[in-house]
Amino acid sequence: MTEVSVAKEDVASSGDLVVLKSVNKHFGALHVLQDIDLTISRGEVVVVIGPSGSGKSTLCRTINRLETIDSGTITIDGRPLPHEGKELARLRADVGMVFQSFNLFAHKTVLENVTLGQVKVRRTDKKKAEERARALLDRVGVGAQADKYPAQLSGGQQQRVAIARALAMDPKVMLFDEPTSALDPEMINEVLEVMQQLARDGMTMIVVTHEMGFARSAANRVVFMADGRIVEQAVPEQFFSNPRSDRAKDFLSKILHH
Amino acid sequence: MFDFLEGYDLLGAFWVTVQLTLLSAVGSLVWGTLLAAMRVGPVPLMRGFGTVYVNVVRNIPLTVIILFASLGLSQTLNINLGAQAFDTINFRLAVLGLVAYTSAFVCEAIRSGINTVPVGQAEAARALGLGFTQVLTLVVLPQAFRSVVGPLTNVLIALTKNTTVAAAIGVAEAALLMKKMIENEAELLLISAVFAFGFVCLTLPTGLILGWVGKKVAVKR
Repeated sequence: MTEVSVAKEDVASSGDLVVLKSVNKHFGALHVLQDIDLTISRGEVVVVIGPSGSGKSTLCRTINRLETIDSGTITIDGRPLPHEGKELARLRADVGMVFQSFNLFAHKTVLENVTLGQVKVRRTDKKKAEERARALLDRVGVGAQADKYPAQLSGGQQQRVAIARALAMDPKVMLFDEPTSALDPEMINEVLEVMQQLARDGMTMIVVTHEMGFARSAANRVVFMADGRIVEQAVPEQFFSNPRSDRAKDFLSKILHH
Repeated sequence: MFDFLEGYDLLGAFWVTVQLTLLSAVGSLVWGTLLAAMRVGPVPLMRGFGTVYVNVVRNIPLTVIILFASLGLSQTLNINLGAQAFDTINFRLAVLGLVAYTSAFVCEAIRSGINTVPVGQAEAARALGLGFTQVLTLVVLPQAFRSVVGPLTNVLIALTKNTTVAAAIGVAEAALLMKKMIENEAELLLISAVFAFGFVCLTLPTGLILGWVGKKVAVKR
């Protein structure tokens, strides 16, 4: 946990949970991911930052194949990402995902949102699934809202339910795709606190965010992306106080001083 | 004034209309949903089939479809849907024709409903590890149906009135009785008015009730 690997040539070891090797992706003429190499170890919290359109969200979404890639390989826990089908569904169950727009199932109650995956994918007994769902909802602080519908909750509450929904699957790794970008400022902290707690509990996390405070306090490593490339990666302290690349210096100078 | 009604089984005829409508409605809802699932599914062959089916069937006049069911299926190919009596055969063929025709419209209504469900809903479901069928049946379709109660009501009302085409192959529903009465009685305007009123009695409550249901089940976002 304390040792942060930033070496480019990472030899695959048992500690590597998510490995991307020379991943490329195009959206039409736009080369949105260019030769991405990234290795995330078990228990590591990696924060991906960068300007809009740099490909960080796309990167996050390729890891559970919500976006396909054109070339390169992605392996999760030693297994390469399978093609669309049962295998892929099984793998996705092990990868929790939290979206910018929450995406809670609008026609189901909060409790049903958290039990659905357990019952339909993990084949957990319904009663057990509900117990677990209630425990998780309590853990993220929305236990009292269990029987409401998503539209009746605030954005911050919805996002915490979404985190509980992902956690209910006992994921090996959690992907956060700008989890606080759609929230009112006063609700950002309640979500970040839940994420910080998760990080402290040792969850492997890949977080795309604009929250520099979270990157500083919870990340083991900051990955800085621009124009489809990983420009720089370092421990947060080093990255924020002493960025090496001009692109990162430019980016930080624009966001940190006002 | 309504003496001319005596000797005719008006209620019986409308009861056949109701039966035609209900059976065809259930059938076309099921088949239309399957067609919609095919059209949004990942298998190219099924997508192609759904697209061709809808575009062919909805562009053929219902009368032609019903006549084909009778002349083509029953009389030429001897497909009688397991019935012996002439009346039963024609009733079943009429239901088959109505289902084949109406399901094309049901499919398109449901497909437009699927388009109202935000992409993120399906993405979240896939991210949980649900398969295509589960994503469709557990997350997308339940929301799609709630948003197309209105359009489906229109289809149901159209279906109710379309059952009159079954008269063309001798099904003893309301329109066939009307034809018979027009031939035998003098009060042409009144006869038409009575049957028009009969259909309004069927479709108006349908529209009102389903309108209320549509509001009740609408998904809040």
